[in-house]
Amino acid sequence: MNKIHVSTTVNGDDTEFLCDPRETLLDCLRDELNLTGAKEGCGTGDCGACSVTLDDRLVCSCLVLGAEAEGKKIQTVEGIADGDQLHPLQKKFIEYAALQCGICTPGILVATKSLLEKNSNPTETEVRYWLAGNLCRCTGYDKIIRAIMDTATDMREAH
Amino acid sequence: MEYYTPESFNKASEIATNAQGITRFLAGGTDVLVQLRADMISPDVLIDIKNIPGAKEIECLADGSWRIGAAVTGAEMSEHSELKTQWPGLVEAMDLIGSTQIQGRATLVGNLCNGSPAADAVPAMMAADASVLVVGPNGTRELSVQDMPVSPGKTSLSKGEVISAVLIPARGKNGGDAYLRFIPRTEMDIAVVGCGVNLQTDGEIITEARLCLGAVTPTIRVVSEATKLLVGSKLDQGILDEIAKAASSASKPITDKRGTIEYRIEVAGVLAKRATKIAYDRARGLK
Amino acid sequence: MALDEQKTEGFKFVGTRPDRPDGLDKVTGRAKFGADMSAPGMLHGAILRSPHAHARIIKIDTSEAEALAGVKAIVTRADFSRNIDFAPGSKGATWSVLENVMANEKVLYDGHALAAVAATSQLIARDAIKLIKVEYEILPHVTDVDKAMAPGAPIIREGTADGSVPEGCHPNVVGYHNSGHGDVDAGFKEADLIIEDSFSTEATHQGYIEPHACLATLGQDGKGELWCTTQGHWEAQKICAALLDLETSQLRVTASEIGGGFGGKTTVFIEPVALALARKANRPVKLVMSRSEVFRATGPTASTSMDIKIGMKKDGTITAAQGTFRLQGGAFPGAPGEFTAMCAFAPYSLKNVNQIGYDVMSNRPKQAAYRAPGSPMAAFAVESIIDELCNRLDLDPFEVRLKNASRKGTKASFGPRFDDIGLVETLEAAKAHPHYSAPLKEGQGRGISCGFWFNFGGETSVTLALSLDGTAQISVGTPDVGGSRASIALMAAEELGIPYEHIRVTVADTATLGYNEISHGSRVTYASGLATIKAARDAIKKLCKRAAIKWDIPEEAVKWQDGCAVPSGPNAGDFDPIPIKKLTAKMGATGGPIVGHFEATPDGAGVSFATHIVDAEVDKETGKTSIIRYTVVQDAGKAIHPTYVEGQFQGGAAQGIGWALNEEYIYGEDGRLQNSGFLDYRIPLASDLPMIDTVIVEVPNPGHPYGVRGVGETSICPPLAAIANAVSAAAGVRLRQLPMSPPRILAALKAK
Repeated sequence: MNKIHVSTTVNGDDTEFLCDPRETLLDCLRDELNLTGAKEGCGTGDCGACSVTLDDRLVCSCLVLGAEAEGKKIQTVEGIADGDQLHPLQKKFIEYAALQCGICTPGILVATKSLLEKNSNPTETEVRYWLAGNLCRCTGYDKIIRAIMDTATDMREAH
Repeated sequence: MEYYTPESFNKASEIATNAQGITRFLAGGTDVLVQLRADMISPDVLIDIKNIPGAKEIECLADGSWRIGAAVTGAEMSEHSELKTQWPGLVEAMDLIGSTQIQGRATLVGNLCNGSPAADAVPAMMAADASVLVVGPNGTRELSVQDMPVSPGKTSLSKGEVISAVLIPARGKNGGDAYLRFIPRTEMDIAVVGCGVNLQTDGEIITEARLCLGAVTPTIRVVSEATKLLVGSKLDQGILDEIAKAASSASKPITDKRGTIEYRIEVAGVLAKRATKIAYDRARGLK
Repeated sequence: MALDEQKTEGFKFVGTRPDRPDGLDKVTGRAKFGADMSAPGMLHGAILRSPHAHARIIKIDTSEAEALAGVKAIVTRADFSRNIDFAPGSKGATWSVLENVMANEKVLYDGHALAAVAATSQLIARDAIKLIKVEYEILPHVTDVDKAMAPGAPIIREGTADGSVPEGCHPNVVGYHNSGHGDVDAGFKEADLIIEDSFSTEATHQGYIEPHACLATLGQDGKGELWCTTQGHWEAQKICAALLDLETSQLRVTASEIGGGFGGKTTVFIEPVALALARKANRPVKLVMSRSEVFRATGPTASTSMDIKIGMKKDGTITAAQGTFRLQGGAFPGAPGEFTAMCAFAPYSLKNVNQIGYDVMSNRPKQAAYRAPGSPMAAFAVESIIDELCNRLDLDPFEVRLKNASRKGTKASFGPRFDDIGLVETLEAAKAHPHYSAPLKEGQGRGISCGFWFNFGGETSVTLALSLDGTAQISVGTPDVGGSRASIALMAAEELGIPYEHIRVTVADTATLGYNEISHGSRVTYASGLATIKAARDAIKKLCKRAAIKWDIPEEAVKWQDGCAVPSGPNAGDFDPIPIKKLTAKMGATGGPIVGHFEATPDGAGVSFATHIVDAEVDKETGKTSIIRYTVVQDAGKAIHPTYVEGQFQGGAAQGIGWALNEEYIYGEDGRLQNSGFLDYRIPLASDLPMIDTVIVEVPNPGHPYGVRGVGETSICPPLAAIANAVSAAAGVRLRQLPMSPPRILAALKAK
């Protein structure tokens, strides 16, 4: 067994772990680093429940090898809140009931935060298409989209 | 599985040439990792090309042509406003692959080398008359994308060869391309039919034309009948109907979980018409 | 229940929209789902599954797998109970689960489990599986419901039919239902127009984003712990104990947060396997299904083949209705042919009605419930014909439905007389909704449909413990699948008169509470809610008794008001109210801890009806359909937390949209499932759907103290038909097969 030693940054913290070359970044986050926020819903990049950002780029962590995290900057759902201060998206999701079972929520929050950092004034269509790779089976997306649109408005007005 | 991160394409080629067992190159991993997890392949050697200098660059060369490094992602292509302005069809085709997350990793080269008859970027690349730079045990060569697909899942590259960049011709004036695909949902599906069109015009007359169909033949190729019909003509409804017929005739699809033979033949014609119209309007500066 | 005990207005907490208690954990990634738990020394499990649709197992050779470094245990059927016998019909239910969990002599579908491995890493476990050698004798297979009933079809299992099945049916027909009233032949003679047609739907999957996952520990002493994602942990406890020859009480099951269930997690698939591996290895075993395994080997819903005949007079009166519904539920009994038949004509008050349902076996995975099992398919067929009748007789679809609607006192098609129901209210609200009168563009069509579901009661236990500071801790046994912890806290707050924030609701494990039926049948807000109200009233009685003792007046002279014990009237005495926290602070000394509890099997679950309106647009050149606008109108009885009720309405509609347009199980000629992933099993994306508008109608259910009706399931009953009617209107041609995928729509357009 030849494990690969990976040095990376996760949610701002310098982090190291050992992994089998075949392990995905998702496996490593969950099993080596105990960051179970990212979920495996499909393992094939179709559901987005494993979404993280890799050097500020939104990706499915199930399609990245743990070894590929070497020297990179990773952000997961656990890094969205600032200590005990929730991000406006997180607050709005709770307020608007933009979650039911909550399994897709980490992926959607990571994906949406990434969107709003690139585009602070998305249209409903832009939000829906940005999130096409984040499957939700419980909500029909309605309250999620409303929460995102209103958060975007709040965040623009706060500036 | 052995995992390598070579620092040059020559080194990557050398590792592959000497490797025993199953070897795969890794760019975005959006095909390789899926196949690995599904136990469709068990690579003995995995060669990651993303650390190679130049692999992540999009360059417009002096003659107006483009050199897109093998590790450039779809997201990066979509964010490149000049590339997008000149080759919107190609950029849109790449952009249609998967989700935002997939776009953050997927590459033109990966889409091409995976060899799927339903690849989205390939009809657009082929219509654009793109070529690739191939680094191999016998040196470097340029290969037209048209000559790459051999059969489903297989390209004409041989052991030890790796693509370092995609070359797109200069757009020049009065040119336009477009790519459309049919899928049952709005995103995320593999193309049931895909169609890439690239045209040059002189006034209202089409002077050059390449139309490529995806997902309806074992290998993606240029529909020569469409070129014959389009070159020298103005794009009127009559020509569009002929294009549809030619596309349908050129389609030799299968019935599978994504579509039936009859359906694909019919929709190939519909998309050929629609994509040709968009490419034409773009070439003439109307879009 | 006496009506004067029911409260349907004047609420202080019920009907408000506070934040749900599990929200913070879920938006920060802290919430623990099935696969998020680990234990020291934990092994990882993997399951070997059949690649054949039907085959005899000749030999399983595990020797190479056993020799792989890191493999600690391998199990096959031999490691499970030998005390469970096959029996026909529902008596064989436990045997069916065992046979499905681990094959014995035959594999019965592509994906059927036949061996499992526990190893020190996930990768080693998966590598070990590949080293197990199996010799199969391949048998002919059948996956289509009608083919499975036909003479000569491969027999799944002899002797499985229960006593209901008529003579002469193929052995694959294992259940039969025939009910109705009146004289349909006479009724058809009175009709001015009769439409008779056939419909079919393919199997679909609940599509929960969280695969099944569990962590099991089991000692040779028969004591075990199971952590699993489930809708019913007492059910899991019961079945796992039986399958592993354990005493039920020695197995403690804890339900994790559940990442979607919709009926698919009401039974066990991998949990007994994890326990068997854990016992053999003497170490905790974590077992998680891959997405492909979920599709191949959990419980999709049945595929159907249906024949409907309805007769109508020119004035819109339905004179007779007849339906025959054939459902295949995989290689075991259980397809909801009975429910399909019973729901089909429920929205209509009919003099002459007959429905027949068949439960058929085939070489497919063992079906499980999917949100109102059987009802959506029936609605698809029946409401399509009602739509056709309205079109051909030039009648308004709402007027016809209102004319024939079931009301209080109507003898239901399936037998009993309806009590207070809200069908007419939903029809009227839908008809008056601006959606119905909004203009349509070229290429667009509008469809409506009704839907019905029974809802369910079930065994329920709730305990409400008061803390020293007057706050409350409620233990329920129903996993929270729809936001029920919020609704339950709201109902308790209403009774106790204390703030919502002073109440914490926990889903207790099997060792700490009385038996609880699965969270299914839309029963949680109804049954756990009813039990919570009763438990709160029990606690209140005890609190009042403490005040009575303090005031030295009879117990009956004390009542509870706004969170305080108060004298029930001026004759009781002139005492200041005692707030709850003063009573609880002293409870140790005044009689002991105060806990309210309630255990029962409530039988007053109210049925619920819905009416949906949908606008669809069809691209006639490609058959592609877009959903333009969607409105759900449904009777909730009483919406405890309206936001969560809206969420159920929207979620059911979205699943219905996927089922109507794109979702289907695709089997090859070889009987293997071709689309076992989210790429080709196409559920709706955010970009596929519009906003989904909701209207909550409230016709109180007499069987609940606040009038609650279950809402979770009815929302999936109308969409298949509403969308079929909209697409048929937009395309100008009737679609009779689901899903209405683009190739089918284009083929129908070309055939016109």
